[in-house]
Amino acid sequence: MSAFITVKNVWQEYGDQVVLERLNLRINEGEFCTLVGASGCGKSTFLRLLLGQERASRGEIHIQGQPLTDEPDASRGVVFQRYSVFPHLSVLDNVALGLELPRAPLCGRLFGADKRLARDEAAQMLTKVGLGHALDKYPSALSGGMQQRLAIAQALIMQPRVLLLDEPFGALDPGIRKDMHALLLELWHETKLTVFMVTHDLSEGFSLGTRLLVFDKVRLDPHAPNAFGARITYDIPLNSDRRATRAAVEALPSHISGNLHPAL
Amino acid sequence: MRLINRHPDRSGRLLLILLPFALLLFAYFTGSAQRLANNPNDKLLPSATQMAAAVDRLAFTADKRSGNYLFWQDSAASLKRLGMGLGIAALLGLCLGIAAGTLPLFSAPLSPLLTVLSMVPPLAILPILFITFGLGELAKVMLIVIGITPVLARDLEQRAREIPPELLIKAQTLGASTWTLILRVVLPQILPRLLIALRLVLGSAWLFLIAAEAIASTDGLGYRIFLVRRYMAMDVILPYVAWITLLAWLMDLGLRQLTRLAFPWYAGAKA
Repeated sequence: MSAFITVKNVWQEYGDQVVLERLNLRINEGEFCTLVGASGCGKSTFLRLLLGQERASRGEIHIQGQPLTDEPDASRGVVFQRYSVFPHLSVLDNVALGLELPRAPLCGRLFGADKRLARDEAAQMLTKVGLGHALDKYPSALSGGMQQRLAIAQALIMQPRVLLLDEPFGALDPGIRKDMHALLLELWHETKLTVFMVTHDLSEGFSLGTRLLVFDKVRLDPHAPNAFGARITYDIPLNSDRRATRAAVEALPSHISGNLHPAL
Repeated sequence: MRLINRHPDRSGRLLLILLPFALLLFAYFTGSAQRLANNPNDKLLPSATQMAAAVDRLAFTADKRSGNYLFWQDSAASLKRLGMGLGIAALLGLCLGIAAGTLPLFSAPLSPLLTVLSMVPPLAILPILFITFGLGELAKVMLIVIGITPVLARDLEQRAREIPPELLIKAQTLGASTWTLILRVVLPQILPRLLIALRLVLGSAWLFLIAAEAIASTDGLGYRIFLVRRYMAMDVILPYVAWITLLAWLMDLGLRQLTRLAFPWYAGAKA
């Protein structure tokens, strides 16, 4: 079986500065990859490449055999550490926006029955992430954890195949972070999402991922610290039980698995 | 206690707000009373009764020649010009600002142009406006538009740039095109800032209006002030100036309330 995402000899350079060099990866659909490494080692750069925000200087990234489009689109959802939600829209509209934008190319909003349907769907998604009580609030009235819940709901309403998370819980305190981990795993189990998550927290990387990718510089020239870029130095399969559970569920005929509640 | 840590309480605050105004009025009216005691025909510092009489004559008595109530006619003419000028400038500034602030391809030619244009002193090109647009309403409105559009556009361009790039990327992952992204993400976030920018340029807008009216007009608040200057009619000029100030202050207040009511999210999002 060919991999869902293939990264072939990818380099990323900004002028003289080499950030990433010789990246080669094959990632299957449904994997939960956590990306760890020191600050400035190119984890976020790699995420931006996957998002289409930047184009690799050399090499290619393919999704299902197709080269990656070089601008962000609806097939890849994203959650940043900050500024992921729109301050001028209520919680409900923040999520409904994702349903409105693709369907209304002219004025960007739906009216009447279509709008009600979109809002109902958005409200369901928000209830699932635990924001059912805050539909009419503005994001500024939410705590950091709630804002990230909102950002996740906003990304998932598009039913993307890939979800990119750039230190999504970096600014949250430990208790809230635990809740967010549970939520994220639950959502990952329900969908066939392939997740890439950049994190500074090693234990988070180990406990969440089914695959841990460590970014580090292999070569270092002390006189020219920017001459060499980071590579993936460790590629560790993790939590094989979760991966197996998931594979087993997927192997079941759809009329059975459709009724299964996600096993955690 | 250090001065920096001392705060006025509610009543003290009100007192402190009113105090400078009361002092100014007191200084004026003592000066006026003194001069009028020396010379009852003095025109420089008219008394409150003299000003009230002038206002009564202009605002509540029909003009003998035209049958109009000049004060209200002046106010209406001026406000119409100001409103049109501000409206057109706001619309132009919004379009230019958003185009230059969000679209790199538009920013490259627009930004330097706007910077240069905003340096042209609008009053210096007033003669050009009178030559090209004639002495009618258009030239006066155009002066306001030309005077404040570059300022508005540059400010809004800056504000549009300050929208975090994460939000623009997020919108694209939600399926936005350039057009719907501007419509649903950039525009709503810029509108409250437009109202704030408008408040800041109100002063300049009035300046250009009065200047244009002083030079070529047959009515308007600025026209009247410069007309009665020939007779040293301070009893008319001072109430007119006070009226203009009041109008400007009310517009500022109105814009502030509008920002608060129409964009309730804005105050929270700034913090």
